[in-house]
Amino acid sequence: MNIRLPNAPLTDEQLQQLNNLLQTLEGWQVDWLSGYLSGYRAAQYGNQPIDTVSNQAEQSIKLTILYGSQTGNTEAVAAQLAEKAKVSGIEVKLLDMAEYKPRDLKNEQFLAVLTSTHGEGEPPDNAMDLYEFLNGRKAPGLKGLQYSVLSLGDSSYEFFCQTGKDFDERLQKLGATAVIPRVDCDVDYDALAEKWIAEFIETLTSSMQASAAPPSASAIMSQAPDTTQYDRKHPFPAPLLENQLLSGRGSSKEVRHIEISLEGSGLHYQPGDALGIYPQNDPILVATLIDALGFDGESQVELDEQSETLINALMHHREITVLTRPLVEKWAELAQSDELNTLMENKAAVTEWLRGRDVLDLVQQYPLPEIDANGFIKLLRKLPPRLYSIASSQAAVDEEVHITVATVRYNAHNRERGGVASTWLADRLAEDATIPVYIDTNKNFKLPADDDLPIIMIGPGTGVAPFRSFMQEREERGARGPNWLFFGDQHFLTDFLYQTEWLSWRKSGLLTHLDVAFSRDQAEKIYVQHRIREKSIEIWNWLQDGAHIYVCGDADNMAPDVNEALIDIISQQGNKSRDDATEFLRQLTRDKRYQRDVY
Amino acid sequence: MNTKLPEAEQLKLDSRYLRGTIAEGLDDVVTGAISEDDNKLTKFHGSYMQDHRDLRDERRRQKLEPLYSFMVRLRIAGGVVTPQQWLGLDAIADDCSNGTLRITTRQTFQYHEVLKKDLRSLMQQVNAVGLDTKGACGDVNRNVVTNVNPHQSSVHAEVHQISQAISDHLCWQSGAYAEIWLGEQCVYQPGKSEEPFYGERYLPRKFKIGIAIPPENDSDVLANDIALIAIIENDELVGFNVAVGGGMGMTYGETATFPRLATMAGFVPKDQIVKACETIAAIQRDFGDRSIRAHARFKYTIDDHGIDWFNEKFTEYHGEAMTPAKPFELVRNGDRFGWIQGEDGQWHLTLYIYSGRVADTEALQLRTALREIAKVHTGEFRMTCNQNLIIANISPEQKPVIEQLVEHYQLDIGERHPALRLNAMACVALPTCALAMAESERYLPTFLSKLEQIMSDVGLPEELINIRITGCPNGCARPYLGEIALTGKAIGRYNLNLGADFSGQRLNRLYLENVDETTILNTLKPMIEQFAAEREQDEHFGDFLIRVGILGAERTPEMMHKPLVD
Repeated sequence: MNIRLPNAPLTDEQLQQLNNLLQTLEGWQVDWLSGYLSGYRAAQYGNQPIDTVSNQAEQSIKLTILYGSQTGNTEAVAAQLAEKAKVSGIEVKLLDMAEYKPRDLKNEQFLAVLTSTHGEGEPPDNAMDLYEFLNGRKAPGLKGLQYSVLSLGDSSYEFFCQTGKDFDERLQKLGATAVIPRVDCDVDYDALAEKWIAEFIETLTSSMQASAAPPSASAIMSQAPDTTQYDRKHPFPAPLLENQLLSGRGSSKEVRHIEISLEGSGLHYQPGDALGIYPQNDPILVATLIDALGFDGESQVELDEQSETLINALMHHREITVLTRPLVEKWAELAQSDELNTLMENKAAVTEWLRGRDVLDLVQQYPLPEIDANGFIKLLRKLPPRLYSIASSQAAVDEEVHITVATVRYNAHNRERGGVASTWLADRLAEDATIPVYIDTNKNFKLPADDDLPIIMIGPGTGVAPFRSFMQEREERGARGPNWLFFGDQHFLTDFLYQTEWLSWRKSGLLTHLDVAFSRDQAEKIYVQHRIREKSIEIWNWLQDGAHIYVCGDADNMAPDVNEALIDIISQQGNKSRDDATEFLRQLTRDKRYQRDVY
Repeated sequence: MNTKLPEAEQLKLDSRYLRGTIAEGLDDVVTGAISEDDNKLTKFHGSYMQDHRDLRDERRRQKLEPLYSFMVRLRIAGGVVTPQQWLGLDAIADDCSNGTLRITTRQTFQYHEVLKKDLRSLMQQVNAVGLDTKGACGDVNRNVVTNVNPHQSSVHAEVHQISQAISDHLCWQSGAYAEIWLGEQCVYQPGKSEEPFYGERYLPRKFKIGIAIPPENDSDVLANDIALIAIIENDELVGFNVAVGGGMGMTYGETATFPRLATMAGFVPKDQIVKACETIAAIQRDFGDRSIRAHARFKYTIDDHGIDWFNEKFTEYHGEAMTPAKPFELVRNGDRFGWIQGEDGQWHLTLYIYSGRVADTEALQLRTALREIAKVHTGEFRMTCNQNLIIANISPEQKPVIEQLVEHYQLDIGERHPALRLNAMACVALPTCALAMAESERYLPTFLSKLEQIMSDVGLPEELINIRITGCPNGCARPYLGEIALTGKAIGRYNLNLGADFSGQRLNRLYLENVDETTILNTLKPMIEQFAAEREQDEHFGDFLIRVGILGAERTPEMMHKPLVD
């Protein structure tokens, strides 16, 4: 026997080896091997049921049809293909490219790409995401994927059918194989399109008869290692994948969506965990500080049992943007400044003075002529990592981690200042930079183990980040519990973080309830707690149904206001005294049904 | 339903007389959009959704939905508003819109960039000044346009009354409008008709009625489904010549679609004209092609069946035949700028408004100026089909007051711009219109200044030429009646159409397909040079092209699709 599998995801060499082996095997040995292989794969992939090879042979072919359409013509042709494929016994998924998750590409067997071309060779709007994904650095290898492209265009344009050509070329470059060659249609596309459809289906169905359907590309992906050498002390230098401003034009906020690669790190996280980041100080601030001190940046200083240049020590290892009380106390001892000493005697005055000031202010205002570089470094505390709630689920993004970062900028004491990590990420990170990261697990902010339980997520501003990971996770798990998000920010038009994702989850039915509060879109300020109060009855009902409540974001105002609103709801709807309502909420906390991640 | 209707027809049928889920969509605050189906229904209510196309890509990356907003168009028959209404409409622009008003090519106002959350408030304020937005878009009778010739004041007043009567008579009736926008109780009951004339499926497609008072054709009357040409005998309006089946829009590459001028059917006395319009709309309602939307306009009904068939149907529906059309002469379709005194001694001032955009800019405080005029004006405002504005019925005593304001704000009474600007029109296009393939309003000044240079070089700086630009082939600025017209194909590329006449009675034809500005200018320059050298007295550019044989006078649908020069 010599097997011929035109669609097999094996190299010629592997096929040859398989042939060689099979030729030596008896029937009962083949039977045993087939059982062994399915067991082997099941072990590799945990408890997920795995189709055996023989099962797959009986399975229909899975064809995913994606269309990019501006006027609807392409969509109509795609629908035609879907219809005919179904009739031929092919299992069909028909999707608008905008509704398709590009990451799913690597799980596809057969793919039909139908697209028009817009204007001067650009993809239609709904194809942009997929187009950019395939042409970007996150595009996966697609060996094993088989596809064909139909492009619609108008030959009176210079870049006739360009988008179809681009898709074809990219898919090929990523390792996919064209089942039949691409067809480019002009404005009178009907006949050519029909021919392409017929040929495509013919080729698919004949391959269905000839062989078992090939396993999806993901089946041949390597698994990430389970253990990692990276932790808080040994951060992983993670490549930056994407740094995207989320705040729309005219927003007074500057919030970024940052995607980071964990590939090869072995780092794993759960929704609710945080990402620790070791930032770098602003080189201009460092230079100004060194200048103010009259030091040489290249001079060597001792740093945790090793030697570093002063400039590196200040850039990477010591905190200079936050002024701590112990530092000022030590400084006062050394400076012997009457003014500073007087200040130190008044606790409230110190607190007030510290506000908005940093090490440079201290150095400039109370110069310390006696100190040398080494002595100065010894006074400073280590540059601590910054923690960001993770905005992604690994079930959805594999070896990536996403965070949502509000850039902190302000003017204080006549100087523009900014948060160390947020401005580093916003302004000073090169496109090919790496970010030292580790995972900071948070056991107290976790989805319920029971996927059927409802959850209420309250996350205004960047507090919404972990709820994006919650939704990704629940979507991947196929969790059936209802999900309710309360989001708030300043303006609907510019500050609705991840708006398109919430809308698409609402459309798919995953996000069952979505309430928003935009504080500055009307005369009176409206915040999430107002929306929560408006929904008192429903919230009480959800609690009766076992809902978990999550609050993430501002600890100073939002979290207490929301807490207060919840107590009122419990008290009013549950006919409880205030004390009883407070106790009720405490019990929810003890039961891990009221979890907060506030900062 | 056993037989499945085409989508647009099914949607109307299922909409419960234009209600759909518009109200629910307005209440959904997490998106600035409404559903696709509701967006088709809101057209009947005078509004549809657009998005800021320049920001589309940026916002997609920002994971923000497109910057959705709504265009709202008013129903103002004949384009006449009082100063009080003007002030009310002006205030709405700040409250609910982007601070501008736009005069459209159908003599009405349009608001842009109205956010969903402000839509209801806008509609209520429009209602408060005694106007509405019913049928400003949608498959119903659209805003009725008329000539604004202010010379014959009594005739104009009568014609305006008739346009208002036609508009009101063919206005849709459903309770949906008052419920959705004005907060009234829902009166819908299954089985109970709310549209005695239209029925549940309304018309197959939009339907336009225009009126001209010869010799002026500023309403481009033959571009309408029903073209009414006022017949005046002994200074008295006696009735109207009726032509049917005009319309502008077409689709590139689909030769079954084409612009068409209305065909003369006959004459109807003035006391029967409202009923005659209903009759004609009823013929389209009953015989228009509802199966193919691109073929649903009345012009195709007329083209398919012929004018004799139409006249038979008219007689059958109306109970009486039209009499033969009376002679008339149309001489121009542009506006006459500046001060004109009417036969009753009242004054009228026609102002040039670039692209109909009533806005304040650093260079020109146009909106402020018109607001100040509205505060003292005792006559009315009339919008023209060329997107200009007439301050009408100014008493001789009041004239100096208006003159002073015009002077103070440096308004253009047709003297401040080169001649070519006065007769040029462009549609909105990018970044607002979803259909636009190329720039139009934003590009018009650039194109004109280059053309003006050529005109000036050949010694014809005062010559008027009708120039029209649109961002797509659908015909909003009536491009197929431009002596020179560009219709957008892609960013920076246009089809060049040439050879319409100066009075809106002959279409142009496709001359060059999908070309850039340089090619267009290089094509036009020698033609204009030849025009300067060889034109006959008072000969217009479009007529000249035909006389010297650059292109023929005959027009067929194919000519709109196949360029004369390849």
